[in-house]
Amino acid sequence: MFRIKNKFNAERDISGCGLCGIINAKKIKTNGSDIKKSISVEHDRGNGLGGGFAVYGNYPDYAELYAFHIMYDNLSAKADVEEYIKNNFIIEKEEPIPTFKTSKIYDHPYLHRYFIKPKSDRPDKLFHELGDDDFVVNSVMLINQNYDGAYVFSSGKNMGAFKGVGYPEDIADFYKLEEIEGYMWTAHNRFPTNTPGWWGGAHPFTLLDWSIVHNGEISSYGINKRYLEMYKYNLALKTDTEAITYILDLLIRRHKLPISLALTVLASPFYQKIDKMDGEKKELFTALRQIYGSALLNGPFAIVFGHSNGMVAMNDRIKLRPLVAAVMGDFTYVASEEAAIRAVCPSPDIVWSPKAGEPVIVEFEEKNIHQKGGLLGL
Amino acid sequence: MITIDAAGMHYKELNRLIREGIGKGIKKFFLENINGQYYIGDGIKGDDVVININGTPGNDIGAFMDGPTLIVNNNAQDNIGNTMNAGKIIIKGDAGDVVGYGMRGGRIYILGDAGYRVGIHMKGYNEQLPVIIIGGKVGSFFAEYMAGGIIVLLGLNDSDEFDGEYFASGMHGGTIYLRKKIDFSKYSKDVELYEADENDMIFLKKYLTEYADSFNIPYEEISGKPFYKIVPSSARPYAHLYTSA
Repeated sequence: MFRIKNKFNAERDISGCGLCGIINAKKIKTNGSDIKKSISVEHDRGNGLGGGFAVYGNYPDYAELYAFHIMYDNLSAKADVEEYIKNNFIIEKEEPIPTFKTSKIYDHPYLHRYFIKPKSDRPDKLFHELGDDDFVVNSVMLINQNYDGAYVFSSGKNMGAFKGVGYPEDIADFYKLEEIEGYMWTAHNRFPTNTPGWWGGAHPFTLLDWSIVHNGEISSYGINKRYLEMYKYNLALKTDTEAITYILDLLIRRHKLPISLALTVLASPFYQKIDKMDGEKKELFTALRQIYGSALLNGPFAIVFGHSNGMVAMNDRIKLRPLVAAVMGDFTYVASEEAAIRAVCPSPDIVWSPKAGEPVIVEFEEKNIHQKGGLLGL
Repeated sequence: MITIDAAGMHYKELNRLIREGIGKGIKKFFLENINGQYYIGDGIKGDDVVININGTPGNDIGAFMDGPTLIVNNNAQDNIGNTMNAGKIIIKGDAGDVVGYGMRGGRIYILGDAGYRVGIHMKGYNEQLPVIIIGGKVGSFFAEYMAGGIIVLLGLNDSDEFDGEYFASGMHGGTIYLRKKIDFSKYSKDVELYEADENDMIFLKKYLTEYADSFNIPYEEISGKPFYKIVPSSARPYAHLYTSA
């Protein structure tokens, strides 16, 4: 029987996937056809067991509301979760996520979306003084853990994840991405090798406005998981990519680290490099490694990280997964393969391969691309 | 001669057409609108076969290739010439990571930069002498575990950091030639640096001339500086990693 909840007895999944991202620094919107075309060049990097997209800027009419995308196994799960949502949130609008039945995607869960905001007099206010974001995070964790047959796969504002089991180009048709417009897109083609492909296991993994697509294998998953659990993150999906999303939420939103610093926690410079730094910089990086040792990601990875202010693409510290970037005017493209970029941007202004562990950071408004660095202009 | 328009074509179909063409005796191929097709020219034979590639070829071009020449007029992606046995690959742009992995013969000439792990596990035996020449710079783990053959790093664009980190670690055979002196102190203790002598330059001339001709650059532009060479200090650097000497 078809199940959403991941009951598979596996600690993590190892993937050899494909990814890409497109961002317009001036927030000019494009529909989903380019990102579909780009990721379809990387078709053979996946095996049809997971494809997905994140788009930012797609819900301008509800930009102040949390857009929950939820998948359900059955209608009783839907009824249970909706009761929780009604008790705790004001629902501005709810509807099935528009889909187009294709012959390629024939078996899918109920897919529903809700534009909501937490009630100011919600029941838990008696005990906690949580901010809205924290309450949303708790609600996502609660639903994913305790409500059998339900999984929240998107919970940000003016953004959304669209994912499932299938090749990404078929998933794009299924969700009619050509009718959706956004100023930033990321995409993923999955090749799961340790856990079966299931709808919740497709990338991107999102929480609030954070989204991650990931190619690789986080061998530090166990340490990362135990560390995150101390901060009440619940890793219900048993995949390593989920851990990256929560680490970034913890570092950036809760601990208020600048994004560039948070990234150096994930892919910290080796101690032999830190030893050669001088003064304050050395002190800073030593402190980061000491405090956040359990948030360091080990193992091969390339990730594209989307957030409400921009996009980051990054490799592991010794470049065990491919990553290429290109710039054309206000557009920045990243992908696992140069051909995926050339498919939608045949002659970019520049094309380069980012160095190991040094992130490509693009922010909206003022274009800010660090080709070298990542290591802060301290 | 045959021209194949590869726009939207899957690599399986493309490689079938190339193999059929070679089978029929075609010597010259022009592949147009290539974008991302994997495995171009893998395992093919025929010393007089030349394949011209326009566009960005996918990963693993020329793997196990045994004789033909591939000319890429743009950048190429990862894993070029994996375990290649004979023939020539000319890249007129940049190359991705892991160029010439386990290569055992033939030549790879790159005009621009190459990525991480160039020439890793490259090997030579008797008359089998694989050669890689890179015009620009390279990433880290260059020539890691190199066991044989020749790699020449020209650094023609004169950028300051052209040799990455973990240079030649575990190298135990073959020779690396450099057109520029590097700060040797930061590198592997498995290797030794010398100035290239007259014999080295006579040996290199054949390859450097072919390289220069491939990209229409004057030979003097390449050869005008003193070269350095790096050779392993031991054929078995890890012989006593786990045991006492």
